[in-house]
Amino acid sequence: MKAFARVAAESDGRGGTRLAELRGESPLLPRRTGAHRVHLVGGAAGPLRGDELRLEIAVGPGATLEVLSVAAQLALPGRSHLPASRYEISASVAEGGELRWLPEPLIAAAGCDHVTVTHVDVADGGHLLWRDDLVCGRHGEDPGDVRTETTVRYAGRTLYRHDLAVGPAAPGWSGAAVLGGGRALGTVVMTTEDGPAVLGGDAVLMPLAGPGMVGIAVGADIRQVRAALDPLCAARVAVATPAG
Amino acid sequence: MSLATLLLLADGRLPSGGHAHSGGLEAQVSAGRVGDLDGLAGFLRGKLATSGLVAAAFAAAACHRTLGTSPPAHLARATPPAHPPRATPQPAHPARGDQTPPLYFVPDISDLDQGLDARTPSPALRKASRAQGRALLRAGRAMWAIPEIGREPHQPVALGVLARAAGLGPLEAAVAAAHGTVTGSASAGVRLLGLDPYAVHGLLARLAPDCDRVAASAAARAGDPVDELPAAGAPLLDIGAELHATWEVRLFAS
Repeated sequence: MKAFARVAAESDGRGGTRLAELRGESPLLPRRTGAHRVHLVGGAAGPLRGDELRLEIAVGPGATLEVLSVAAQLALPGRSHLPASRYEISASVAEGGELRWLPEPLIAAAGCDHVTVTHVDVADGGHLLWRDDLVCGRHGEDPGDVRTETTVRYAGRTLYRHDLAVGPAAPGWSGAAVLGGGRALGTVVMTTEDGPAVLGGDAVLMPLAGPGMVGIAVGADIRQVRAALDPLCAARVAVATPAG
Repeated sequence: MSLATLLLLADGRLPSGGHAHSGGLEAQVSAGRVGDLDGLAGFLRGKLATSGLVAAAFAAAACHRTLGTSPPAHLARATPPAHPPRATPQPAHPARGDQTPPLYFVPDISDLDQGLDARTPSPALRKASRAQGRALLRAGRAMWAIPEIGREPHQPVALGVLARAAGLGPLEAAVAAAHGTVTGSASAGVRLLGLDPYAVHGLLARLAPDCDRVAASAAARAGDPVDELPAAGAPLLDIGAELHATWEVRLFAS
């Protein structure tokens, strides 16, 4: 299954945001759920091996956009002769624009083979909150192979570059250097500045070398990750704009 | 390429302060995730596939960059090991009245340091890597003619530049980086857990082919744009390094 979706937000010139473009194809369907909020609705099971999904997000100068999803994304095996399922997300945020990406987790079901490639480009003076959660296997299940490749650029420089591989093809992924038996991981990259903080358990908030911070949490399950990162995201959301 | 020179560069006894770092192991031992040889094996396998690959790639890239577009014949990879370089490479900047033209040019490699910054979320790890890079440069300057590349490069960048100055190539730089990634933590494991040193070296011997594979894959990408170089992350290394940095008493610096 191949699908392309695009969401573009621009300033309406009166301090608000207008969704200038909102299009998608099953299983990648963006739906407007607030003044500057979009939910992604999965129109089919998957991603399955062989799927190619592409999502583009553009936030113009002075515009605000929040992207969520209605349900977790469940990467499933599909037919074994097909290539890995692939989800490419590219987002751009203009000066004075703000993008908050807060989707439900990606779940790596047993036997899946999936790659998510994320490129985010934030202009100088743009704002970003980018959350990604990963769950390794459904309940009591060992995960299939998932690789994530994330690049966040700010003002023309690479701020954050992080790949992660879990599953049988990733040596040592459950060893004590990577997830150490943890089955859930959450990451949030943000362009706001704050001091370093220990968020409790295996979760910390760290200043990046460029402007911005990254919060990382490893947990036995997604609840531990949410407990560590949700307050962080909620605080940023509440400060940034009133509810849409 | 001189094998003896490569052994020298990869030797744990190189006075570059490496022994003061556990490569993230101390934090994981304290968290109860590593308590025996199996735990150490899992730690090392994951570390090699993530930060080991990244270190190998950046060491290879730094070596490749320093190699320039036309390496001088006496330093080319094809140099027979029996005939070590007769001339010593000089720093590229014509310093202190030295009229000798530079033997190889030193491009700006600060983007490699920025690339490692972007791949290292933990400020404690960035600091540890740059401190080790500085210490490695200091040791290297006593051994070979090291070009001026800044005071505190990340450790893999310094390693790649040293390798080049020693007449080695990107693959050798990558092997030294991958090897150093696992051996440093392994010897820390002996000290932290009182593991049998014979058993730990048995483990290192089993990991040697993996080190070679990681190094070969890293060296093959040495000329790629920085954003496309390996960026495999290890979340618990970052989290552990931040927690470790808050301890008042610790055996290792990182």
